[in-house]
Amino acid sequence: MLKINGGRVVDPGHLDGVQDIIVADGRILDIVDHNAATAYDDGISRTIDAAGRVVVPGLIDMHVHFREPGHEYKETIATGCRAAASGGFTAVCPMPNTDPVNDRAQVCRFICQQAENSGVGVRVHPVGAISVGLSGEALSEYGDLKAAGAVALSDDGNPVSNDQLMRRAMEYARGFGLPVISHCEMLSLIAGGVMNEGIVAARMGLPGIPNAAESVMVARDIALCELTGAALHIAHVSTRESVQLIRAAKDRGVPVTAETAPHFFMLTDQAVENYDTNAKVNPPLRAETDRAAVREAVADGTIDVIACDHAPHSVLEKEVEFDAAANGISGIETSLGLSLSLVKEGGISMERLVIMMSTAPARILGLDSGLEKGAIADITIIDPDAAWTVDRDRFISLGKNTPFHGWELTGRAAMTIVAGQVVFDGTTARTA
Amino acid sequence: MGLSTRDVLDIPSLSDGDIRLILDTAQKMKEISKRPVKKVPTLRGKTIVNFFYEPSTRTKVSFDLAAKRLSADAVSISAGSSSIVKGETLIDTVRNLEVMQPDVIVIRHSSAGAPHLVARHVGVPVINAGDGMHAHPTQALLDMMTVMEKKGDIRGLRLAIIGDIARSRVARSNMEGFTRMGASVVVAAPPTMIPRGIEAFDVDVTHNMEAAIADADVIMMLRIQNERKAAFLFSTPREYAKVYGLNAAKLKNARSDVLIMHPGPLNRGVEISPDVADGEFSLILDQVENGVAVRMALFFLMMGGQRHAED
Repeated sequence: MLKINGGRVVDPGHLDGVQDIIVADGRILDIVDHNAATAYDDGISRTIDAAGRVVVPGLIDMHVHFREPGHEYKETIATGCRAAASGGFTAVCPMPNTDPVNDRAQVCRFICQQAENSGVGVRVHPVGAISVGLSGEALSEYGDLKAAGAVALSDDGNPVSNDQLMRRAMEYARGFGLPVISHCEMLSLIAGGVMNEGIVAARMGLPGIPNAAESVMVARDIALCELTGAALHIAHVSTRESVQLIRAAKDRGVPVTAETAPHFFMLTDQAVENYDTNAKVNPPLRAETDRAAVREAVADGTIDVIACDHAPHSVLEKEVEFDAAANGISGIETSLGLSLSLVKEGGISMERLVIMMSTAPARILGLDSGLEKGAIADITIIDPDAAWTVDRDRFISLGKNTPFHGWELTGRAAMTIVAGQVVFDGTTARTA
Repeated sequence: MGLSTRDVLDIPSLSDGDIRLILDTAQKMKEISKRPVKKVPTLRGKTIVNFFYEPSTRTKVSFDLAAKRLSADAVSISAGSSSIVKGETLIDTVRNLEVMQPDVIVIRHSSAGAPHLVARHVGVPVINAGDGMHAHPTQALLDMMTVMEKKGDIRGLRLAIIGDIARSRVARSNMEGFTRMGASVVVAAPPTMIPRGIEAFDVDVTHNMEAAIADADVIMMLRIQNERKAAFLFSTPREYAKVYGLNAAKLKNARSDVLIMHPGPLNRGVEISPDVADGEFSLILDQVENGVAVRMALFFLMMGGQRHAED
């Protein structure tokens, strides 16, 4: 038996106080008052001192790219899982834009098998492709994908440009109880754009991407969501207009949910100055008004989920001309630290953070999350006061592409526990 | 006295003092090209690599001649004849060039920021000869030199730039250069050709060309590329010429001492009528001539040449 001793236990809606958690056989055996004598005391084989720590349901990142199969030099499922564990995540959802694409059961099973083989312990719940080959021409076999472990569908990386295909995908997915995750991007409005359209792009002479390239498709997908009644989840919201559309849709009861990534509430397009390809991401870093709108939406619940869109790339894709560089930020190891800065600044409560990084993604995807008697013991222990400096050279992820290198953050994962097993222990894994 | 910067990547990389020093030095260099023997030994033993990833006639020849007139050895490489066609990365290419010990690398590239990338990876001074839509600092310098020659000073002048401001590196560098030197700038174009975020530059914006040129001391026309029609930036060259082209009729409302400039290559009959391009107010060929002088000045200042170049 494992005892997590004296931490502040936060499970949104029903727990927030200093308590001890007893874990046995991969499940939570009991949650008891701190230092209360219990019948379990004799059977405790390991006690984890969680004083000053926050003990929360295991964090879930529902939007990562692990590059396997196909681009293992950027990330493997094993390295991605190790990076996720160190970032405090007990579960992740890799997107299907691998090579081959995860548009069929064999690929889906391969991903799950590789996760298993890695021995890391982090749960991997793949996202299957909406369309075969992400080509937007035919529906993938959603039933097969689901049976092989897929928990959602997305053509992430590519938008679904064909409106009819998107309508039918939503309807067909609804039949299998799978949510559809939409990467909203009007390609005809991108027109060669490589960063946010605005003052910084004007100065730098880079072709810009207007906010409307995102919000036009958000509006379409909300309309299709109303038409079909499918569960729609909008990926990586970056603009104030998207936030307004989602807020209005939720107000009238449309079953839409949304996520954003830490870089959208931490950075603006100023980060691209000096042609820093580590800040090149799609959708692009936006203006201050967008960043403020995203922060507000994170606080008021318009945006349900924080997911980092972990997109590891090698120097081959990043140490090139800006317009030739790949989009993406390696974010799984900084996501929690950056999100905790919102808590520290008072923008959101710790409870809200836990909702966005565990409870809500679990609800959307039909996964487990929660600290209660009998629940699966997926637990993240957060050290909210640990001061640390982001150092890309110490990333476990093979992707060193971060615009946060050198940032000083407060708060990070101290320990990650999956089914009662410690999959990451900060006291032994980190030497500084 | 030298420049305050190792690299000339864009106008903001130069201080006001740098700009004045370059223009002043260029004026002195100009005379060398008029001698019967158009060569001084100043940069003997120095090597310049002109790396042109993008087609260019005027700029490439200008850099080449500037080097030769100062007795530097110049090697020109163009995209088609370099290893990029074999898939070599830009960084690998310039690192290979670097170990052959050039003293300056000049680069023209279709990607904005490519010269900045090069400058970060090599220990050799870099001159940007035009990068994507971003900057063309030597063009702005030669334009400022040309205006100074005619007007004595830039301060207080009104410059009107007409054309595709959004996609023009010449416009960006000139907006920055002329405002830095005390001119006021107005840009005129259809809204499709004004970048969102134009407020990054301290310029006035209008969609009325007549209004822009009415009080202008200098009118700078930009080349209109026909392929832009496919991007829906304008309807037809015919309508563009009518509304935003410079012709004798529109010039009647301009100042009597107005100067007309164009960075070339000209699209005669579209943005500028032939009679105006070749007319009395046109400085188009002066610009090209001064281009050699400005580039000589930069080479001289960046390679620590001695003052006896003036001999």
